[in-house]
Amino acid sequence: MNSLLKITDLHVSVGETPILRGVTMEIRQGEIHALMGPNGSGKSTLAYALAGHPNYTVTNGSIEIDGVNVTEMEADERARLGLFLAFQYPVVIPGVKVADFLRHAVSNVRNPERKEGEGLIGMREFRKEIRDRMTELGMDHEFARRYLNEGFSGGEKKRMEILQLAMLQPRFAILDETDSGLDSDAVRVVSEGLAKLSGPQMGVLIITHHERLLEFNPPQFTHVMLGGRIVETGDSSLAHELHANGYADVRARHPQAAAENIQAEAATA
Amino acid sequence: MATATADILRVGYDSEVFENFLRSRREPQWMTEARRAAFEIYQSLLETDLDPEEFKRLDLRAFNAAKYRPALVASQSEEVSALLSDKTEFGGTIAHVDGYVTGSRLSAELAATGVLFGDLQSLLESHRELLEPYFLKKAVRVDADRFAAWHAAFWTGGTLLYVPRNVEVSLPLHSLIAHRQDGIADFSHTLIILEDGARATLLEETTSVTPETAGLHVGCVELIVGRNACLRYVQLQNWNQKTWHFAHQAGNVDANASLQWTVVGLGSRVAHIHQDINLDGRASTAEVNGVTFASDRQKISYYTQQHHRQQGTHSDLLYREVLRDDSRVIWRGMIKVDKVAQQTDGYQRSDALMLSETARCDSIPGLEIEADDVRCTHGATTGQVDREQIFYCMSRGMTRKEAMHMIVEGFFQTVYDRIPIEVVRETLSRTVQSKLGFETISQ
Ligand SMILES: Nc1ncnc2c1ncn2[C@@H]1O[C@H](COP(=O)(O)OP(=O)(O)OP(=O)(O)O)[C@@H](O)[C@H]1O
Ligand SMILES: [Mg+2]
Repeated sequence: MNSLLKITDLHVSVGETPILRGVTMEIRQGEIHALMGPNGSGKSTLAYALAGHPNYTVTNGSIEIDGVNVTEMEADERARLGLFLAFQYPVVIPGVKVADFLRHAVSNVRNPERKEGEGLIGMREFRKEIRDRMTELGMDHEFARRYLNEGFSGGEKKRMEILQLAMLQPRFAILDETDSGLDSDAVRVVSEGLAKLSGPQMGVLIITHHERLLEFNPPQFTHVMLGGRIVETGDSSLAHELHANGYADVRARHPQAAAENIQAEAATA
Repeated sequence: MATATADILRVGYDSEVFENFLRSRREPQWMTEARRAAFEIYQSLLETDLDPEEFKRLDLRAFNAAKYRPALVASQSEEVSALLSDKTEFGGTIAHVDGYVTGSRLSAELAATGVLFGDLQSLLESHRELLEPYFLKKAVRVDADRFAAWHAAFWTGGTLLYVPRNVEVSLPLHSLIAHRQDGIADFSHTLIILEDGARATLLEETTSVTPETAGLHVGCVELIVGRNACLRYVQLQNWNQKTWHFAHQAGNVDANASLQWTVVGLGSRVAHIHQDINLDGRASTAEVNGVTFASDRQKISYYTQQHHRQQGTHSDLLYREVLRDDSRVIWRGMIKVDKVAQQTDGYQRSDALMLSETARCDSIPGLEIEADDVRCTHGATTGQVDREQIFYCMSRGMTRKEAMHMIVEGFFQTVYDRIPIEVVRETLSRTVQSKLGFETISQ
């Protein structure tokens, strides 16, 4: 069966401020979508809203996975349904070892019915698995024993997100600028890693300002966000065009959205 | 409020209680005389106010000493389950119930090296010359405050550990102090003496046999660490939530010696711990760890002093507190550096994590420094659980509660990392989890 993540006319506010103004998008398992757009256009907002961040209020529209409306669900329920967000800014969890954190995460996501305190995935099986994935991503095994993201460099944090992606094998993965802050070797490792991990079992939404990740993972669809709306959708050639020429043409074609985006940028500054 | 508190507390044990108590004891005259002297001090201290700096933040108005009496006869002995006891191998163990020793054991090898371990009362009698000069004379002074004097008049039961010169006790020792009957006051005492070059680890825990019995503990801990000696002492306070806990504790560390002292506060209704760390000898070091988890309406209060009395001394205190529900935690910490104590490092830090809006924490660090060539830092933080951390955990499939537990565990981990005793780390982690209402069936 081919799963479907369906986003319909999604309006999202932060506090009283509307950010997303009607986003519609369908991502099927096995597809790769690129989401581009200038700073402040609402890409991360979409990512957070999909993952269920409590500060991002859906004021209209819906998010469905295979017909199940997840709009009101807590983040953990969505994760158990197979949704994964690689954070633009991964969070430090002081004192919690990567391995312990991931063992709990894996146990929940693989056994969605699991109640708190119920059995975790077997230690031995888990250890082997995490080691294998770390080797594939060129990570020192020592990382498993470190505290999650504590003292990690920017690039190490991003790699840690990919390790989590590899361990959790979601049906839908949203990667929010996972390629920024990485040196060129690391971009390559992460790009190749994603290419290996994705495939027919995973629908991927790649948010990026760079080209490298998309070279290894060519998108079937490219969406351009401006002022909280998807203003254009095309194939991978659209991504190339935007990389080459920037957003001036897009802004010119969509003056209303461009004006709203500028307001958002001004509000942030 | 300070005066109201003091007035209530002035109603203490009267001489009738004391004489009854004395009649129940069969002890040598010198011991009885020491008790009488302490009782007099106690009575005169009842007339004075408690040190406001130490007690003004702690509301003791609900405390009524008359509700609790020392047990005059030993209760039936029974097995009391302990958190630490069957988790590892111990070189010796001792257990007390309601102020009476119910059993103690020391391995034959350790006994052969001259180590003394067991019932304080009988060892004080049999080794008076060796032990009397230390008991309530070096570390805790009888007239330190009314709790110390009260304890010195009524102490019963207790754990003694004496390690002769250069003897190394590699297996940890275990001491259990339990409360069983309702309305009983426990005055147990812990005295540890390490002669020069000796090494030992004592893990001590307090517990109540049932959650319902109301109790009082007025305790004392004295740690005397000789030159070049090394002591690790852990006290895990896990009374039920109907117990009042007052403890006067002091550690004296001689030249080049080290003390690692871990204080865990999980239980009790109201607890007040006075903890003195005295760096008496040159280049002595002390590491002090605190793990406190308060819930419901518990009030847990600490008054800590790191007193640097000699040159080149080092002290490092790290307390971490988690507060839930309507609980309250108070930490008043002080680093004192005497004029002679040059080239001294003193650190103190207390961090509190609040899990509810209605909990309250006061952390007040302080410095009193008379030397000029010192490095001292102090700090205190209080914060709510970070919502971004919770969201991050939840986005990986953990429920909100599980996320909280993970974050609380992580918060304590920094302190656990300083405790080199695995059984302690594991037990703490398990106990904290169960207090969070979270049993791990893992491994
Ligand atoms: N938690 C928040 N609080 C206040 N404003 C927010 C919050 N999250 C997003 N916004 C605002 O919403 C707008 C869109 O932000 P968002 O982070 O989604 O942009 P983005 O497209 O991801 O940008 P970038 O490319 O810089 O990462 C911005 O104006 C931003 O300031
Ligand atoms: Mg963004």
